[in-house]
Amino acid sequence: MFLINCPYCGERDQSEFSCGGEAHIVRPKQPTELSDDQWAEYLFMRKNIKGVQFERWNHAHGCRKWFNMVRDTSNDKIHAVYKMGEKPPVE
Amino acid sequence: MTKFRVNKTKHVDQTKTVSFNFDGKSYHGFDGDTLASALLSNGVHLVGRSFKYHRPRGIMSCGSEEPNAICQINEDTDLTEPNVRATEIELYEGLKASSQNCWPSVNFDIGGINNFISQFIPAGFYYKTFMWPKSFWKKIYEPLIRWSAGLGKSPTKPDPELYDHKHVHCDVLIIGGGISGIIASKIAAKNNLRTILIEDKNILGGSTIFQKNENYKINNKYSSEWLDDEIAELQKLDNLTIKTRTSLAAYHSYNFLLAKENISDHLPLDKKNGGIRQRLWKIRADKVLVATGAIERPLVFNNNDRPGIMLANSVKKYLDFYGVSCGFNNVIFTNNDSAYETAVSLKEKGISVEIIDIRKKSNSKIVKNAEKLGVKIYWNSTIVNTFGHRKINSIELMNLSEDGSNVVGDKNRINCDCLAVSGGWTPMVHMHTQSGGKLDFRENDQTFIPTEIDENHINVGSCNGDFELEEIINNTNKKVKNFLKVSETEFDNTSVLNSKELDKRNIWLLPNYISEGKCKSFIDFQNDSTAKDIKLALREGFKSIEHVKRYTTTGMATDQGKLSNMHALGIIADTAGVKMGTLGTTTFRPPFTPLTFGSIVGRSVGKFFDIVRKTSIHEWHSQNNAKFENVGQWKRPWYYPINDEGLHDAVQRESKAARDSAGILDASTLGKIDIQGTDASEFLNRVYTNAWSKLGIGKCRYGLMLNEDGMVYDDGVTTRLGENHYLMTTTTGGAANVLSKLEDYLQTEWPELDVYLTSVTDHYSTASICGPNSKKILTKIFPDKDFSDDAFPHMSYQNAKIDEINCRIMRISFTGELSYEINIESKYGKSLWEKCIEVGKEFKITQYGTETMHLLRAEKGFIIVGQDTDGTMTPIDLQMDWIVSKKKYDFIGKRSLYRSDTIREDRKQLVGLLTDDPNEVLEEGAQIVSDVNKKPIEMVGHVTSSYFSPNLNKSIALAVVKSGKKMNGQKLIVPMENKNINVTVSDSVFLDKENKRIYA
Repeated sequence: MFLINCPYCGERDQSEFSCGGEAHIVRPKQPTELSDDQWAEYLFMRKNIKGVQFERWNHAHGCRKWFNMVRDTSNDKIHAVYKMGEKPPVE
Repeated sequence: MTKFRVNKTKHVDQTKTVSFNFDGKSYHGFDGDTLASALLSNGVHLVGRSFKYHRPRGIMSCGSEEPNAICQINEDTDLTEPNVRATEIELYEGLKASSQNCWPSVNFDIGGINNFISQFIPAGFYYKTFMWPKSFWKKIYEPLIRWSAGLGKSPTKPDPELYDHKHVHCDVLIIGGGISGIIASKIAAKNNLRTILIEDKNILGGSTIFQKNENYKINNKYSSEWLDDEIAELQKLDNLTIKTRTSLAAYHSYNFLLAKENISDHLPLDKKNGGIRQRLWKIRADKVLVATGAIERPLVFNNNDRPGIMLANSVKKYLDFYGVSCGFNNVIFTNNDSAYETAVSLKEKGISVEIIDIRKKSNSKIVKNAEKLGVKIYWNSTIVNTFGHRKINSIELMNLSEDGSNVVGDKNRINCDCLAVSGGWTPMVHMHTQSGGKLDFRENDQTFIPTEIDENHINVGSCNGDFELEEIINNTNKKVKNFLKVSETEFDNTSVLNSKELDKRNIWLLPNYISEGKCKSFIDFQNDSTAKDIKLALREGFKSIEHVKRYTTTGMATDQGKLSNMHALGIIADTAGVKMGTLGTTTFRPPFTPLTFGSIVGRSVGKFFDIVRKTSIHEWHSQNNAKFENVGQWKRPWYYPINDEGLHDAVQRESKAARDSAGILDASTLGKIDIQGTDASEFLNRVYTNAWSKLGIGKCRYGLMLNEDGMVYDDGVTTRLGENHYLMTTTTGGAANVLSKLEDYLQTEWPELDVYLTSVTDHYSTASICGPNSKKILTKIFPDKDFSDDAFPHMSYQNAKIDEINCRIMRISFTGELSYEINIESKYGKSLWEKCIEVGKEFKITQYGTETMHLLRAEKGFIIVGQDTDGTMTPIDLQMDWIVSKKKYDFIGKRSLYRSDTIREDRKQLVGLLTDDPNEVLEEGAQIVSDVNKKPIEMVGHVTSSYFSPNLNKSIALAVVKSGKKMNGQKLIVPMENKNINVTVSDSVFLDKENKRIYA
């Protein structure tokens, strides 16, 4: 059970949060210009890394804000949390 | 006092007799006993039968590692509990316990025949045998396995006891109240840290608390007396919470831990007073100190499982803590110094004891002391066999060869009534590894030792591999100082007299003159796995320790292999010729000891299992005989039977009334989201498939929301309340998810949009009135309002007042009838409803529930998201092309509507179905086929909604059928168990195709 440092509220129990999958996948601005393959890349393809991964999290039972998290999936160490729109920290 | 109670101790009050019952016989013990110590004081060793071979088994240990003495307690009551370890049950007046896994009795067990045919039931027996013939499975194998499987009996009635959860935070959590846990607690609490100490036993002190002899002294006091003083001081500390009878169940990441506190398990049934039985502590600790100690290892030799064969340190605890001698003619079998403590204790009380030591010699002080007391020691020897059916009566020993791989010389038989074994110690690293910690293998005593991984978590004491008193005290002090950043402590100059040495001769499987195939050298006592089984698994090609474990079931019993895992690993390593450290261990998973279901669920039972949401009109529905249906967490009126009406009759009546005159539905549960902001229209354009910019203020529009994959996600009517203000409605079940999804897009994809979302579902109650007389009813409620089609057209909204209370009226329809929805602040919902009913009386207004609503909308072919869709339907599949804007550049899911898969013409599409026999009503979910003769029969679709329509006087259904769009008029078949039902594909709108009724 993680202790997550919500960028808006501070440290809270993991049970207040929900994970929204891989971060930094930007919705294409012009979907209609894309081929089926390009659209499928956006729609379906997600990495599932063993190691350091960038993830979207939502403080669902708190401030309801979305934010990003850098987490090592092999040991659950959270390396950083940062607000939406902010640049990911360089490792 | 029984003859086995040889010693008075301060932990057992021999003035307070406690009577209890075991296997139907009455016995006496004392206050402070466990069930195990009380049984042993009565000379009872045989307490159960083993799982597979039904061999007689006795009490082996004195703690949670106990594999044999597992009991059913309080049988034939609601409080009965199986698989409870006799070593952990505190004795109380009237306790009733019985042995498990034996029939008809523990002394004579029919299943014992398995012991004689054991050659034919090797590891993997079930996988190999019950495969064929196939026909045997149902009638013979399965009933047989079911009869013989399982330990104990589950209670058959709901648990009458209360359980509780508690969330706590602390600076330091210390797990284990032995000597190192006590030292750590004192240092932490004295340095102003909020500290919690948990201990699974009912008193603190671990094994040092009964260590009172000349061989172990701390600051010139007996170690037990030194510790008593420490505990007394500990109890005075303010910021220390001590929780005894509390066992750690799980250690999760980020120092989140679960511990189970036993509150009333040790009380007699009549003293429980209906209070809380167990409490689950959910602890978030800044720092965690694990001081869980070590478990003594057994030794693996032929017939090492007879009643009377026990762990050496447990024999000592029964003697020095409980005052019970497990035998009068003891033999100790050891490979290390620690068992000599037991010998010294026995000898000092004048009880006969001899030692068989597989080592060639030892020079430590404790061994010298034992020799001085006259204990006979057989060096370099091993036990090759044991005898005695219900209790051990003698052993046979031989000398070991130089390298320990074989036995040499003559057999020597010794009589005994108790055999105490010690194979050294295994640190309890469960907690460390559960938290994600890794282990290192220490060669000299063949143990896995924790490697520190985290600045907020350390291991101290014997769970960290410190087994000698001196190193326990000094290392614990040093580590805790470093961990808590403390510069000095009162333990800095503790003088310790230690008599043991860490010297051991490790032989995982002791050699024998008897061939391996004929030896029963048990590794896992509870699951009856032997060394032979492990070797067989290796011969059959299993290499991974995880596979060997599952194939042989070693370590998979209720004790989770606390005594067996190390030996299994050792024998695998020896046999496969690999180093044990490279083999790794099996995964240690929570819980450490079994948790009751009650403690897991806590108070969330019965009506507290899930949240119940009721509308403000709920009370009226109840009073008017409504039957309720669960929709998400909501209770919605399902139908309102009159007298003894059933569902069918009530729905037929309600449906007819709604179309013939007037019906009223509580629509308060629909999700409502208030949308405001200068970009609100643009936002709706992006989330719905149709266009919103041109919707006039005061108008309503139906919208369909897709997922990005193009599949229908939700639908509902949205009303434009103002230039930058909308009220969106969603499905009842989808409300929370829709809001989350919209927030997600707003915050992450379109942060530039000026839009604010607020859930207002609970703020408004909604009465939906439909039917040809609805306008007349509305006119009576709102006499000042003009309800003509010109003044108040379909798909529009107006503000109004009832008795000075503001409300909103929407003229929208989900039934196809002329229909109005009145929204009012929730606190006025019931009054509004009662007013509608009162005014509607002259028009025979009829309240209807969700079932009638479903029927009415099906007559009109309106979909219900989640009933007619299942996450694989696009709007095109639903034949709702009209709602998908061709002009809009983008909306959620648009691009997916022309992926190669979504443009396939043979997708399942929504159609209507009419049965050839108009009285035949199809089953929802029934499969649809086109040809029953061509096998295998191809399934072309399924029925999604089906009703008997009283307004059309025939059966109607909605279905999804492959290429259904092109199949209007075609015949299909719905095969049922006893018959094939012939159906014809039709338009999905069955009633009023011209939409005239909404203008009635």
